[in-house]
Amino acid sequence: MIPERLLNWVVFAGLLAVPLWAIVADEPFTITLVTRAVILAIAAVGLNIALGIGGLVSLGHAVFFGLGGYAMGILAYHAQTYTSLDLFGLSLAGTKSMPIIWLVAVVVSALAAWVIGLLSLRTSGVYFIMITLAFGQMFYYFAISWSTYGGEDGLSIYVRNGFPGLNTLVPIQFFGLCFALLCIVLFLNARLQNAPFGLALNAARQVPTRVETVGLNPMRLKLVAFVISGAITGLAGALFADLNRFVSPTMFNWQLSGELIVLIIIGGVGRLYGPVVGACLFVALEHWLGALTEFWHVYLGLILLVIVLFARGGIIGLLTGKEGAHV
Amino acid sequence: MSTLLIIEQVLNGLQFGVMLFLMAAGLTLIFGVMGLINLAHGSLYMIGAFAAAAVAGATGSFVLALAAALAVAAIAGALIEITVIRRLYGKAHLDQVLATFALILIFSEGTRWLFGSFPLFLNIPDYLSGPVALPGGIQYPLYRLTLIAVGLLVGLGLWALIERTRIGIQIRAGENDREMIAALGVDIRLLYTLVFAIGAALAGLAGALVGAIQSVQVGMGEPVLILAFVVIVIGGIGSIKGAFIGALLVGLTDTLGGIFLPELFKLFMEPGAATQTGSALASMAIYILMSLVLIWRPTGLFGARA
Repeated sequence: MIPERLLNWVVFAGLLAVPLWAIVADEPFTITLVTRAVILAIAAVGLNIALGIGGLVSLGHAVFFGLGGYAMGILAYHAQTYTSLDLFGLSLAGTKSMPIIWLVAVVVSALAAWVIGLLSLRTSGVYFIMITLAFGQMFYYFAISWSTYGGEDGLSIYVRNGFPGLNTLVPIQFFGLCFALLCIVLFLNARLQNAPFGLALNAARQVPTRVETVGLNPMRLKLVAFVISGAITGLAGALFADLNRFVSPTMFNWQLSGELIVLIIIGGVGRLYGPVVGACLFVALEHWLGALTEFWHVYLGLILLVIVLFARGGIIGLLTGKEGAHV
Repeated sequence: MSTLLIIEQVLNGLQFGVMLFLMAAGLTLIFGVMGLINLAHGSLYMIGAFAAAAVAGATGSFVLALAAALAVAAIAGALIEITVIRRLYGKAHLDQVLATFALILIFSEGTRWLFGSFPLFLNIPDYLSGPVALPGGIQYPLYRLTLIAVGLLVGLGLWALIERTRIGIQIRAGENDREMIAALGVDIRLLYTLVFAIGAALAGLAGALVGAIQSVQVGMGEPVLILAFVVIVIGGIGSIKGAFIGALLVGLTDTLGGIFLPELFKLFMEPGAATQTGSALASMAIYILMSLVLIWRPTGLFGARA
C-alpha cells in the first residue's frame, strides 16, 4: 500500500513529466491531451469542494463550466469582430486578454452559483440533485435559443487569447499556464479543507443539527461552498473554451455534469488529488479506449459501475488501502 | 390569436403533459417505495421506443409494437433491478446517481451498437392517422387525441392498482415501513422488482407512443427524464397525484409558453427582438415555474417529506 502523500507527489510529478517528455519526443498532441486533463481536473477540484467537503451532489455543474466558456467566447467574439458589447446601457469593448476573461468567468459563475444555490439549497437530498440538473438544462436550452452568439452552432474564436509575456499558441506555454492555475486551485483547496470554514463545512455535511446548535448556519456554509465551487469550475470552463477555441451549448450539457462527478468518483471522493487522478484517467481512457472502439462509453460505464459497487474509495482508495476519504 | 388556436395548443399541452406523467409516475413510485433516484429511467423510455420500432418494422402491427415496448421495457427494468439496482437501496444518493449514470452510458452505447446512429421511424397506423373534427369545428390529429386518452386511462389504472388492489396496499405499506411489511410475510424483494418493472413498463410505453410522433434515436430519453424530474419536483416526490398535476402544469406551460410568449412580447417590442426574447424566455419557462414552486413550497405541491 502506498501512502497517500507519496501518491500525490507521484501524480504531480507525472503531470509535469509527461508534457516535458512530449517536447523532447516532439509530440504536441500529447501536450494538448495533458492540458485537457489538467483543465478537467480544475473543474472537478471545484466540484469536489461542494461534493466532497460539503456533501452537495450537484448534477448541474456544467452550468458554471458553460458560463465560463461563454464568458470567454463572448468577450473574444466582440474583440475579434471589433464590435462593442452592450450591457444594461453600457457599451463595453471585447477583450483577448486571459486575466480579464478569467476574472469575468469567475465573477459570472460565482453570481450564477449564488442564485442557483439560494434556490436549490432550500431543499436537500434527491430534490437538490434533480433541481441542479434542471437548472443545468435551463441554461442549455437558453444557449441553444440565443442566436446572437451562435445558438446551437456555438462560437468559434480564431486566435487563442493572450497572456502578458507568453505565447499561448505554443502548446507547452498554454499547458504551463493551466498547470499553474491547477496548482493554485489545489493549494486553495488544501488550505480551505483545514481552515475553520472547511472544518465547519465538513461538520455541516455530517451533522447539520450539531453545527446549528453551536451557532453556525449550515445553509450559509453550504451556499459559500457552492459559490466557491461554481467559480472554480467557471474558470476551468474559460480555459477549456480557450483550449478548443470554440464554445457551444454542449458545454452546458447535463452529461458533462455527470462526467465531472464521475472524475471525482474514479479518483476518490473528498480527497485532494481525487479529481486530478480521475481527470487523468478519464482522458487516458477516452484516448486509448476511444481509439480501440467507437463504443468506449460502454466500458466507462462498466468501470464506473464496478467502482461504485465494489471500490468505494476510487483509485486512490485502492492504491492507499484506505476506503474512507475523511479522516 | 383565435380561440381555435388556443384550444388546439391546450390540447397539445395536455398531450405532452400526460406523456410526461407516464415517465414521472414511474420515477416517483420508485422513489416513494424504494427511496431510489433512477437516472436510467430515460434509458427505459428509449428501450421501449426501440423495441416498438423494431417490432413494428418486422410485423407491421402497431398494437404488437406497443405490447413489445411494454414487455421489453418491463423485462429490462426487472433485469437491472435484480443485477444492479437492488444493491443501491439504502445507499447514498451519490452512489445511486453514479450507478444509474453508468447504466445510461451502457444502454445508450449498447443501443447505438445494435441499431446504429441513425434515427428509426415508427409510423402511426392508418386507423389512428389523420385529423378528427371536434365540436366547435376544430380539426385535431386523432393520434394525439388517442395519446391523451391512453395517458388518462393509464393514470386511472395506476390509481386503481395502488388504491384498490392487494398489491397496491403492499406498495403503500412498503412506502411507510419496509421492515414491518417484511415481517408480515410479504416478499419485499419481489415487491421491489415488481414496482421497478411497472415503472419501467410505463416509461417504455411512453417512449413507444411518443416515438411515433418524433424520431426514435439514442439519447431521446434524457431530455424527457429531466423534464420528468422537474415534474416530480413540482408535484412532490413520491406523490402520484403530484406527478399528475405537475405533468399537466409542465406540459401546458411549455407548449403555451412557446406559442404565446413571443406574441406577448410583440405587444411592446419590435417583432424580431420580441421573437428572440420570447422564445429564449419560453425555453426557460418551466424552470422558472419550478423555481417559483420551490420558493413557495420547498417539498413540492403534494410532497409529504423532504
